[in-house]
Amino acid sequence: MRLGQGKGLLYGYAAEFDDPTQLVDATRAVRQAGYERFEAYTPYPIRELDEIVPGWNPLAAIVLIGGIAGALTAWIMQSWIAVVDFPINVGGRPLYSWPSFVPITFELTVLFASLAAFFGALGLCGFPLPHHPVFNLKEFARVSEDRFFLCIEARDSQFNLQKTAQLLDAFEPLELWEIEKE
Amino acid sequence: MTVAEKQLRTPRRPEPGTSVPVIAGAESFGTLTEQITSVVLTRPTPLFWYCTFGVAMAALIMFVISVTYLLYRGVGVFGIEVPVAWAFAITNFVWWIGIGHAGTLISAILLLLNQGWRNSINRFAEAMTIFAVMCAGLFPLIHLGRPWIFYWLLPYPNTMHVQPQFRSPLVWDVFAVSTYATVSLLFWYLGMIPDLASLRDRSRNRLAYGFYGVLSLGWRGASRHWRFHETASILLAGLATPLVLSVHTVVSFDFTIAILPGWHSTIFPPYFVAGAIYSGFAMVLILAIPIRKVYHLENLVTERHLNNCAKLMLATGLILAYTYAIEPFTSWYSGDTFEMAVVHYRAVGPHSWTFWLTLTCNVFIPQLLWFRKFRTDPKRLFFVSFVILYGMWVERYMIIITSLHRDFLPSAWSNFIASPWDVSVLVGSIGLFVVCFLLFVRFLPMISMFEMRELLPFSRPGGGMEK
Repeated sequence: MRLGQGKGLLYGYAAEFDDPTQLVDATRAVRQAGYERFEAYTPYPIRELDEIVPGWNPLAAIVLIGGIAGALTAWIMQSWIAVVDFPINVGGRPLYSWPSFVPITFELTVLFASLAAFFGALGLCGFPLPHHPVFNLKEFARVSEDRFFLCIEARDSQFNLQKTAQLLDAFEPLELWEIEKE
Repeated sequence: MTVAEKQLRTPRRPEPGTSVPVIAGAESFGTLTEQITSVVLTRPTPLFWYCTFGVAMAALIMFVISVTYLLYRGVGVFGIEVPVAWAFAITNFVWWIGIGHAGTLISAILLLLNQGWRNSINRFAEAMTIFAVMCAGLFPLIHLGRPWIFYWLLPYPNTMHVQPQFRSPLVWDVFAVSTYATVSLLFWYLGMIPDLASLRDRSRNRLAYGFYGVLSLGWRGASRHWRFHETASILLAGLATPLVLSVHTVVSFDFTIAILPGWHSTIFPPYFVAGAIYSGFAMVLILAIPIRKVYHLENLVTERHLNNCAKLMLATGLILAYTYAIEPFTSWYSGDTFEMAVVHYRAVGPHSWTFWLTLTCNVFIPQLLWFRKFRTDPKRLFFVSFVILYGMWVERYMIIITSLHRDFLPSAWSNFIASPWDVSVLVGSIGLFVVCFLLFVRFLPMISMFEMRELLPFSRPGGGMEK
């Protein structure tokens, strides 16, 4: 929907670029102008955006917790089964034969940490999410091919129908779209 | 001039020291996406696909029939008898799981080492890993005798009040292989989500839209998504790297912790890991060479990829050759009669053909890879890879059979003769693998599109590219 043609509730403005350089410049300017609720959409990861788009990344901590949980689970499970629950006396050798618990402890550490990484990443992304307002824009489909979008949400305190449009327009996007909520 | 035009007009130059670039020919984001998604969405399925699928499906049906008969009659339908109780099933298990290792090496280790050329082959190498591990996992199960109570291998509260023996490498193996299968699947799927979104956005009918829409989970390519996606990929790669080395190490423990001559050796873990990667690269090439030809992907899977894979194959093959040389040396140096007897029977006993075939296929013929022609010419490289893959199966057969059939006491000696069911289950498992792989090629993005986009010129802010 081009500007001024929408009838539904406004989600935000989206500028469409075909050049990552323009997108990064525009995103940086939007950040400097004091906007907080904006997002850059790209067909592949652009590391420069990480420093511009606000957000936190607790994934490494989640994975560490997963790994520690896996190690503890494996060690406690094996020790308890071998010593308390189902002791097997093999020629009088010690029941707490810890060196033989190492391989499974390693495997479960990796397993739990990997599950934490996978589900942690999906959870932080908010997946699965069947629908999102940006999908209302038909042209947005090209973000998974060769287009770069910068979207400023209407609920941002700085958002202003004219000023925001002017700010985005200054970077000469291919098109400036308005995205509806429904 | 738009970025797409600039990309199409920039000639691809090889990096210093190489003759062929990673992406041959001028591509833009658009042409690249079109080339890879059209295989799934628009282009007609090639005749080659149907023919191979038909043959593989026939083999898979044979597998189902064989396993059904096996479940009905018991493991006695195989040629196994004491003392050779492992034979084909465990040979196939070790062979298949080894094949998987190259996929993880490409997807995880080469990612950590920042090797951009891997981007066009990592997706189908990972798919190969998953299907190979799937085939591998079936063999110990059907070899159990009573596969329907396989879950007794896992610790769980039960009314029998019995638990697994955690000092046994066979129990370690259960954890290692199931962890490996799970982590490989997670890594593969996580990497595929952005590309599934590309398929969703380009699908033209509701069925495809729904299918890829559900699988892509709502991916929008937001910078926040990429941030978590990148972090998770790197962390999973870091976790998968020691994992892949541990899996074949634990597989080798199945052998080396037993006191049997020919198995009881500290060289087994590195020996097995090198052999695994060796056979895995052979399988990668056996899959890549026909696929790049049939689907015209020569611009993305270039000579450079074939050459690099062949070099890695040569390197791991030399490690393997070294262990082949060290094994008889340690047997002789130990002065142990039984150890020396195993070496003797390997070389001249009833199964000596396996020993000489192993040396020929895994050591002598692969030396052809020193020649550039054999590394870059697809037909010759396919031949060498095929020989290696066959040789690696024979090697595992040799390790298992020759060590088992000559026990400490001559009264326990026996021989092993494969039954037709041994062969039909092996051939059938190859059918299962090929069917899965063909379905993957047909319905999922076989080359990682988002990682390939990063390799194009003008993909970085400021006009450069990642590599």
